[in-house]
Amino acid sequence: MYLKSLLWAASTTALMAGAASAETITIATVNNGDMIRIQKYTDKFTEATGHEVEWVTLEENVLRQRVTTDISTKGGQFDIMTIGMYETPIWGANGWLVPLDDLSAEYDVDDILPAMRGGLSHDGTLYAAPFYGESSMVMYRTDLMEKAGLEMPEAPTWQFIREAAAKMTDRENDINGICLRGKAGWGEGGAFITVTANSFGARWFDEDWKPQFDQPEWKEALTFFVDMMNESGPAGYATNGFNENLSLFQQGKCGMWIDATVAASFVTNPNDSTVADKVGFALAPNSEGVDKRANWLWAWALAIPAGTQKEDAAKQFIEWATSKDYIELVAENEGWANVPPGARQSLYDNPNYKDIPFAQMTLKSILAADPENCCVKPTPYTGIQFVAIPEFAGIATQVSQEFSAVYAGQQSVDEALAKAQAFTAEEMEAAGY
Amino acid sequence: MARTVTTPRKLINTAFAWAVGLLIFFPILWTILTSFKTEAQAIASPPIFLNFDWTLENYAVVQERSNYTRFLWNSIIIAGGSTLLGVIVAVPAAWAMAFVPSARTKDILLWMLSTKMLPAVGVLYPIYLLFIQLGLLDSRAGLVVVLMLINLPIIVWMLYTYFREIPGDILEAARMDGATLKEEILYILTPMAVPGIASTVLLNFILAWNEAFWTLNLTAVDAAPLTAFIASYSSPEGLFFAKLSAASTMAIAPILILGWFSQKQLVRGLTFGAVK
Repeated sequence: MYLKSLLWAASTTALMAGAASAETITIATVNNGDMIRIQKYTDKFTEATGHEVEWVTLEENVLRQRVTTDISTKGGQFDIMTIGMYETPIWGANGWLVPLDDLSAEYDVDDILPAMRGGLSHDGTLYAAPFYGESSMVMYRTDLMEKAGLEMPEAPTWQFIREAAAKMTDRENDINGICLRGKAGWGEGGAFITVTANSFGARWFDEDWKPQFDQPEWKEALTFFVDMMNESGPAGYATNGFNENLSLFQQGKCGMWIDATVAASFVTNPNDSTVADKVGFALAPNSEGVDKRANWLWAWALAIPAGTQKEDAAKQFIEWATSKDYIELVAENEGWANVPPGARQSLYDNPNYKDIPFAQMTLKSILAADPENCCVKPTPYTGIQFVAIPEFAGIATQVSQEFSAVYAGQQSVDEALAKAQAFTAEEMEAAGY
Repeated sequence: MARTVTTPRKLINTAFAWAVGLLIFFPILWTILTSFKTEAQAIASPPIFLNFDWTLENYAVVQERSNYTRFLWNSIIIAGGSTLLGVIVAVPAAWAMAFVPSARTKDILLWMLSTKMLPAVGVLYPIYLLFIQLGLLDSRAGLVVVLMLINLPIIVWMLYTYFREIPGDILEAARMDGATLKEEILYILTPMAVPGIASTVLLNFILAWNEAFWTLNLTAVDAAPLTAFIASYSSPEGLFFAKLSAASTMAIAPILILGWFSQKQLVRGLTFGAVK
């Protein structure tokens, strides 16, 4: 397989026009397990193509600010940027990214999961190749569920989740029935409450871009969330994000945790998790009678900023890093549980991967997410846990701060929703919507 | 007449000072301890203080993954260069304000300080565009200039305060003996203000070493200092606290050691003139 990778990469090199000389490409990336892992294998790419790779690894928020500054000023510091589903369509529309419309036949672009491909495109043109993708799902303790006398359905409702959380909660033994994100930030608690609201029939904007926080669906969702967390959530959940909940779950202090599908590999890893062999998975919940589930869609993807002098070498790298062969390279060296998930259909068709306990639920969760159709009611935007407009990050950060203040008991649901409505309306009007 | 301090009072004062000192040092101590834990121990609840199996694994991983010496060297050049350049610019400026003040000197000093009140992000884009035009992105020279400009108000203010403590008659006597302006500043003023200059240098070196906004936003590969080294170990999706702590310990170790050895000089400089 390794020989095949080399031959494939070498043939790609030969086909690439202007790639005769070796280049050094600089890649800005985020610090997570899959991105750190690929840095170990970069030598294989260099051996095959002659191109050297320099990595600039940054914390997610720092990375976002850094690459946004660079690409919007045409700074030219990076030849490849790791960006997400929020940035890709906006930057693609601005002409800031090189279209990935001439990838080689061997790359098999049709193998990329349609939801991922759609979320990383603008007007049907792919602008970033998914390195790994994720949705959200329920991770639960099978032993505590059994002790509570309940059986988790494959597709639970919020009402079932709340009932189960209450039964699993054991304050004396420091077990919280459910752990969810409450931390302020559009990508933290903001993302979670948005998908929760979607699953109660809410939406951020109506067809005329009018904010919808004054509608009953938002009030129902936020009230439900707060009541459930007060009943069965951990103390101080207003400041809990992904990492805090991961830590609680790994230490056996959560009955259920609804969060990113990539967390499944962490909570089932016996080296880090004390409950690795007692974890089950289910689809993200919906409110009874609502035809949308609380699952989001996200991908960390590789894109080439327009204007780079090393476009050919950058494309070669992206083809290599997001190829089927790279997945096999990681599987051979580190096992199938550690391959970058959620990007390619062929991974889920692979019999070796089917044995991974969370694989099929991850795929089902990703397939259940539709960024073009996030909500029960029609919307003018794309995106599920975000709205793909440049103003969203700033607005949603402010709104999530108001919601976190509710979680912390500093204001009521009504007060927070009124503030969110007023602030969002003002910002959207100022932005010309 | 010196005030008599009783032994119990001394003990209370000492205990209080130690308590405050330990409180301030605790986050650093906790970071250092965490760097020797496994990732599972790092997030254990209740937290483990000393009773864990000490491991150097995190340091090994960090060493393997990152080129520490390149980041360290960049930090030394950027912090050292900006401090040196700042002092060279600030000494004549502070001399002029201390010994040849005008009606507007106080206003100028306040205006200089007011530039520190502007959030750095407010000028990110103009500076970034300037750096593109001048070809200074990801260069140590560019960062030396930017950090010098950022810290210049503090350097000028500190030196101005120290110079004001030096009697102007001494400088006048030197002038009467025929000293030129250059000789007056270099051979009379500077040696007398050594404690003040030393503490200014040390404090600004520390400020430049710890500066994270500009050093992260204006660098990529070649000029990235230790702040970028730390940022590469912070992750919102994955528990890498032990490795982050190892990287942080490696980043702060040089400045901690420098501060430890020069603490007398620092304290002397910072309290210079305070007991007159």
